[in-house]
Amino acid sequence: MANNNKMTIIATKGTYDWGYPPFILASTAVAMDKEVTIFFTFYGLNLLLKDPEKLKVTPVGNPAMPMKMPFGPKWLKNIDFGPKIPNVLWNLPFAESLVTWMMKKTIENCGVAKLTDLRSMCQEFDVKFIACQMTVDLFGYSKDDFIDGIEFGGAATYFDEASSGDHHLYM
Amino acid sequence: MADETLDASGLNCPLPILKTKKALSKMDAGQVLEVISTDAGSVKDIEAFCNQTGNKLISNAEDGGKYLFTIEKV
Repeated sequence: MANNNKMTIIATKGTYDWGYPPFILASTAVAMDKEVTIFFTFYGLNLLLKDPEKLKVTPVGNPAMPMKMPFGPKWLKNIDFGPKIPNVLWNLPFAESLVTWMMKKTIENCGVAKLTDLRSMCQEFDVKFIACQMTVDLFGYSKDDFIDGIEFGGAATYFDEASSGDHHLYM
Repeated sequence: MADETLDASGLNCPLPILKTKKALSKMDAGQVLEVISTDAGSVKDIEAFCNQTGNKLISNAEDGGKYLFTIEKV
């Protein structure tokens, strides 16, 4: 049945930073009385794992990410270290943890919600979460790896969800 | 005079909207919610939220970096 108030999102990315767009848009849409389904596929499955706070932000291959100190005097906070540091250093073992810590600190300082909290709010507002069964199998996950209250299905399930509504976003 | 007040100061997008929605859902039709926000984005966002949900934006003001909204629940 046609339902113009419906929205679907395909979430394909699984780093901490890229977890935000689907959960922000889904929670806001559902707060604005839309019916929302998120289909998590490939690396997007990470966003359904029990603890998404374990996900990392990667500085590698992320050239547009500003790299600013989350604390210190204003002059220091204003420096963007991203372009100043040679790319090779971002491949060192500590780099990912450091950048993840900086990003989370900045998120906290700006009053932006934690990923876990946005996800909980989506669930509280009845956003439907569907995990792509094929990629669950492909990556060797079991259903126990994921939070409760999600469904498992494939591309056909997504198209059935997306057969009505006028917002369908791929992220 | 507002029936309820929501202080969303310090919170950033989309939290002021999500908290507004939660606060309204606990209220009765015709009651008025006052929302205080420091998120500059909420000026357009609260208006858009009201447009979409049918709730009535009665007033919308800025006072020294704080944004004050009054919303009547439909």
